[in-house]
Amino acid sequence: MRKKGKKVLNVIFIVVLYLLIQMLISIGIIDSFYELNIVIICINIILAVSLNLITGITGQFSLGHAAFMSIGAYTSAILTAKFNLPFILALFISGFAASLAGIMIGLPTLRLKGDYLAIATLGFGEIVKVIATNTDYIGGAIGFNDIPRYTNWTWVYISVTATVILVKRFVNSYHGRACRAVKEDEIAAESVGINTTFYKALAFAIGAFYAGVAGSLYANYFYFIKPDSFGFMKSIDILITVVFGGIGNIIGSIIGAVSLSIISLSLQDIAELRMVIYSVVLYLIMIYRNNGMFRKRGFKIFKNRKKVKYNVGVISK
Amino acid sequence: MWVLSANNLSKDFGGIKAINNINVNIEEGKIVGLIGPNGAGKTTFFNLLTGIYSPTTGEIVYNLNSTVSTKDLKPHKTVRYGIARTFQNIRLFGNMTVLENILIGFHSRFKYGICTAMFRLPSYFKEESNAYRDAIELLDKFKLLYKKDELAKNLPYGEQRKLEIARALASNPKLLLLDEPAAGMNPVETKELRELINWIRDIFNLTVILIEHDMSLVMNICDEILVFDYGNLVAKGTPEEIRNDERVIKAYLGEDVEKC
Repeated sequence: MRKKGKKVLNVIFIVVLYLLIQMLISIGIIDSFYELNIVIICINIILAVSLNLITGITGQFSLGHAAFMSIGAYTSAILTAKFNLPFILALFISGFAASLAGIMIGLPTLRLKGDYLAIATLGFGEIVKVIATNTDYIGGAIGFNDIPRYTNWTWVYISVTATVILVKRFVNSYHGRACRAVKEDEIAAESVGINTTFYKALAFAIGAFYAGVAGSLYANYFYFIKPDSFGFMKSIDILITVVFGGIGNIIGSIIGAVSLSIISLSLQDIAELRMVIYSVVLYLIMIYRNNGMFRKRGFKIFKNRKKVKYNVGVISK
Repeated sequence: MWVLSANNLSKDFGGIKAINNINVNIEEGKIVGLIGPNGAGKTTFFNLLTGIYSPTTGEIVYNLNSTVSTKDLKPHKTVRYGIARTFQNIRLFGNMTVLENILIGFHSRFKYGICTAMFRLPSYFKEESNAYRDAIELLDKFKLLYKKDELAKNLPYGEQRKLEIARALASNPKLLLLDEPAAGMNPVETKELRELINWIRDIFNLTVILIEHDMSLVMNICDEILVFDYGNLVAKGTPEEIRNDERVIKAYLGEDVEKC
């Protein structure tokens, strides 16, 4: 019964949050600058959660997540700007396009582990970038212009909610357990009947799908995309968000994406020091909270040192 | 009736013959011990049985859930044939709870798809709650229930071994392969393990093959012993026969100098 009550509470929270922000936008308290930042935060949440599925849950170290986003963004841009397709269709097709790319990068590189996989995915990201730069049909290095703006608060909110809920449900199923088993010990996973190749490719496919959706939302919000926006640094940014929130922790990724976006936003006025402070924050987190800021049991900033109970009765007076 | 039969099984690593032309049948319901000096090919034999290596020549025929003859066996498919194993160095999923380790052991019996998982269709709840109930039951049998929410890596050594065996049994195998189950155990724990293996064989009705260096354990529980040396099957027989077999003594202790 308590579980059901919690579920209802969650639904109410999700709806109320949507209505609240929608209301603030429509009466003008949240102006277009803040709306832009909210959209960016939401896109970052989708990216972080989807990368967390690949890197955090399944343990496949990927540095090519921005490439999946760029595939989604360009697909959506072509479909909406050149073929005038409805946005919902473009959103799904970009997701599937990125997913296909995820499987394509996934299958040949799945023999690789750790650093080697990271290098291979990094190479994949660069290939996508170079192809985008050299294809005139999609604007080449100048970028893709005049993409219709469809993305608004409703679209990003629905996408974020769907991403988080579906990924969380996936993780809590036997498929998700198999992914976690692959991360823990591949040989043992195979010995209990888990097809490790399948689950690695599956994680890439699902993670890439949501990255593609994020790219689609991005393209149809900013009117304009260029290959440079989806470079190596973007992948690193997403990875930092995941590590910041906690490897393998979905809720942590959400909080990580929100707080990192807010940190970088609030430092915008002191542009010279921005990257310095940002780096110091990350540095401190890695030293003191190397498992991520947010544990499964909610929000704990400082390390919780377990108090050891000694049986001192005999020794002391 | 035999459950497993190796026919002319060989495995080369470059020039080294790790397993050299082995023919052996394993009878149903027996506890079979695999002994031999270091590097004799025992673990290679295990890895061939579970598909981690594929044989250079020869084949293995399983007569378990169905009769399959195989040259190339994928490791994750062995479970479907009714084979489960444990490892020499314990391979638990350390950062997952004891209960989750067992649930992963049930992996091959789940049927629902990814969409069912994401949209929580009825079969998700049905299969998950069945698996949960069975996992609790299995843990209860192994007396690990009181630790079900603890991380596997935090268990003491003996219980980790137990959990690994329990996880292997979760897939409902007909043939259980134990790779040095008593390694690193003290005499008391070894004695408990001996009782555990006997009990498993009776309760779960299966065939057990185990690699072991602890002779007291092997001699006490095995119905049959296979002795390996330099990739060859040197001897096969009951513990009593093996104890008095000259070739076995030679493999372990070497030959008298005068005889040479």
